[in-house]
Amino acid sequence: MAKIIIERDKCKGCLLCVSVCPKGLIIVDKDLNQKGVNPVKFSPLVSRIPSKARQVNDECLGCSLCAIMCPDCCIEVYK
Amino acid sequence: MEKIFSRPKSLRNISTHYCPGCGHGIAHRLIAGVVDELGIRDKVIAIAPVGCAVLAYDYWDFDCTEAAHGRALAVATAIKRVRPQNIVFTYQGDGDLAAIGTNETIHAANRGENLTVIFINNAVYGMTGGQMAPTTLLGQKTATSPLGRNAQREGYPLKISEVLSQLSGVKYIERTSFYSPQEILKAKRAIKLAFQNQIEGIGFSLVEILSPCPTYWDMSPQKAMEWIANIMIKEFPLGRIK
Repeated sequence: MAKIIIERDKCKGCLLCVSVCPKGLIIVDKDLNQKGVNPVKFSPLVSRIPSKARQVNDECLGCSLCAIMCPDCCIEVYK
Repeated sequence: MEKIFSRPKSLRNISTHYCPGCGHGIAHRLIAGVVDELGIRDKVIAIAPVGCAVLAYDYWDFDCTEAAHGRALAVATAIKRVRPQNIVFTYQGDGDLAAIGTNETIHAANRGENLTVIFINNAVYGMTGGQMAPTTLLGQKTATSPLGRNAQREGYPLKISEVLSQLSGVKYIERTSFYSPQEILKAKRAIKLAFQNQIEGIGFSLVEILSPCPTYWDMSPQKAMEWIANIMIKEFPLGRIK
């Protein structure tokens, strides 16, 4: 199973990664970061997209689309 | 578990000053990645523009210099002629390359200088407060065209890539965009080809990138990407121009 690590304090909250994740595994954190914005966080257990919620194959693919899209280079992908 | 995507070595590990969703961050990363892949980090020289990306030299971990507004290609010409063993590229916005620097751009291209140009087109002047640029689309609202750009009053969007493609000295021009991960990967391939052209001595190469400016387009970052995909590419069609 793949995973991503998000540098929380570099995130500016543009949410472009949220818009491209095919599994909806990136969600907005309710707590602010050092920049004073709501950063995103990786949530491998809860899918944001209702139709895709809690399916068997609902885990990170390591497709790197979020990292390719991130303008601030805050996402590292492990596979 | 193996790391398959991380920050390029040529990109310093600091936070940029760009707005959330700005395309400059993506462009910086792609260029740093290409420099790493080609192994030219010790001989590349970047010319930063005047514009939002004026502090690009703080973010790239290779040699950079700064030019007066619009004069990046004149400075690049001098550096390349004095140090032909170095790989010289300019990074310019539409206000720099297509407005105040049109003269330098056209003549550097016409001389066929062996340079690489990365042209970030976001259709507004970002740094000075979102005024109308030569590349602003018809009907687009900006700080200095509050009712939308009108062709009779302000003329038409300047397609500088198409203009340059008519010149014999120009060897490669491609227009790419940032609206989806697939397009970003295409942009990276185009940037790599533009650098390879310089390494092989082929000649003047320019990659135009349609980049979002969510702040001065007055849109969310996702809406800005959709605006590029739905509206901007009708005026600025993607693909290889020359």
